[in-house]
Amino acid sequence: MNIEARGITVEKGGSAILSGLDLSVRPGELLGLVGPNGAGKSTLLRVLAGIEPPTAGAVLYDGARSVGGPALARRLAYLPQGGEVNWSVTVEDAVALGRLPHRGLDTARDAAAIAAAMAATGVAALKDRRIDTLSGGERMRTLLARALAVEAEILLADEPIAALDPASQLDAMALLRRLARAGTGVVAVLHDLSLAVRWCDRLVLMATGSVVAEGAPSAVLDARNLAEIFGIEALRTEWEGQPVVVPWRRAERTGRTGPG
Amino acid sequence: MSGRGRHGLLATALGALALLCAAASTMVGYAPLDVAAAAGDLLSGRDTLGALVLLELRVPRALLGLLVGFSLGIAGAAMQGLLRNPLAEPGIVGVSGAAALGAVLVFYFGAAGAFSLALPLGGIAGAAAAAGALLALARGNTGTTALILAGVAVNSLAGALTSLALNLSPSPYAALEIVFWLMGSLADRSLAHVGLVIAPMAAGWLLLLRAAPALDALTLGEDVAASLGFDLRRLRAGLIAGTALAVGSAVSVSGAVGFVGLVVPHLLRPLVGQKPGQLLLVSGLGGAVLTLVADTGLRLLPVRPELKLGVVTAILGAPFLLHLLLRTRNPNP
Repeated sequence: MNIEARGITVEKGGSAILSGLDLSVRPGELLGLVGPNGAGKSTLLRVLAGIEPPTAGAVLYDGARSVGGPALARRLAYLPQGGEVNWSVTVEDAVALGRLPHRGLDTARDAAAIAAAMAATGVAALKDRRIDTLSGGERMRTLLARALAVEAEILLADEPIAALDPASQLDAMALLRRLARAGTGVVAVLHDLSLAVRWCDRLVLMATGSVVAEGAPSAVLDARNLAEIFGIEALRTEWEGQPVVVPWRRAERTGRTGPG
Repeated sequence: MSGRGRHGLLATALGALALLCAAASTMVGYAPLDVAAAAGDLLSGRDTLGALVLLELRVPRALLGLLVGFSLGIAGAAMQGLLRNPLAEPGIVGVSGAAALGAVLVFYFGAAGAFSLALPLGGIAGAAAAAGALLALARGNTGTTALILAGVAVNSLAGALTSLALNLSPSPYAALEIVFWLMGSLADRSLAHVGLVIAPMAAGWLLLLRAAPALDALTLGEDVAASLGFDLRRLRAGLIAGTALAVGSAVSVSGAVGFVGLVVPHLLRPLVGQKPGQLLLVSGLGGAVLTLVADTGLRLLPVRPELKLGVVTAILGAPFLLHLLLRTRNPNP
């Protein structure tokens, strides 16, 4: 499924969170959304997921507006940031919630999808554990498995690696790229620029509600954007033929006064 | 799945227990009654005193215990699921306060004696008014928190107006009558009461049960539930309407029976793996059991006049809840 966001504006309390933003999401691509806090990344993801209606503009799914409901929910999975879990359900029951859009029509396929999702994020061994007994990283991987269990064509993940240790972060990024290679369109909001530049196929750099750069990761995270948008200087190099960006120090002489 | 099988077993066991409690409830009363003989008379159409007591007193009381308890239990589970908060109770959307006010107004204007169903009809009118106001709010894009605040406001207003009615009540006797009614009781209800509430209650239960998958989805928050294809606005409206129908009817016939809707979902939650959807049915059945046990127990106590049901459910429920909280307090974070 292709998602085309056209002229998306979201206003809240008189201020624009997103202003006239265009973005396309394509199958088979790992797209990283990067930008400083308050750039509007999470809001954009919610608009793409059909959860938040834009003030102006439209989101087209394969060229058509969606009315929401289970038809869209089967094709599009959304993983919010923060990892809200309200009841102390087991890992397996939490992951199984990803099958709700499928309405239990094919229980064998549901079971297979749940098992595969738990295996992919390494939580199969935890399946009978209560979710409030897990570590932050285990919980994040459980919630990622929940999103994978939808078996959607598009996965929108808001900071999916925020709570993970380095090894799990690498596993998760490799998993997202594997999903993309298998045809899923993956959009991930990322704050870790070194992982974003290393693993994503394309980066979209956002600032104050607009897209300021878009394209190949190392081109988007050039010295100028890092200084002007993030207010940092970074070590930029290559290692094993892959681009490396390591935030190094706060940039001198930028218009930015700090992350607020 | 084993979870589903266990849920079915639990629901069957609780259902059987509720029926057993209802049967036991018909055995207990102030007049000595050979229930088997009376039932025999009733079935063979003999108009004996025993048959009359069974049909007019014992059976309505047992049936109302089932219906009221089920309504409070299932609505408590639904509200806790919607708000994702174990402290929620069915009255939180304001319908029980409003239903009580409706009945109190019937008392106040001296219409309670006009015909036997005047009180419950007043209660239903009160609940309908409160539900209408909340549904109008829910139709706009009102968040869950705002809805609850609206429910709190309705409850406070209804409580204040109830106090006002007591304040202005024409005689201390009338005030006492209102206070006693507010404590909740199933005594001296008839089959007409059952007939009045059974349809709206059943409609309410269906609305609440239909929300089970959406309540499960809400385990992971409102955004995830929306992304799983559930329309939160429709969900809130359905749950408010369902609660208003079930609980408004319950309060209308029984007065305010506290604690059932709070404590029963809490007690049963661990037995359904904490899944809010599966909690609905078993909570209803558990509510029926608790209400019937309390209502049967208070008739066995040698205390006259008989204790009010709402008093007994709270006296039974609160220590039980405290015990549970102390026992399950988790030493690990």
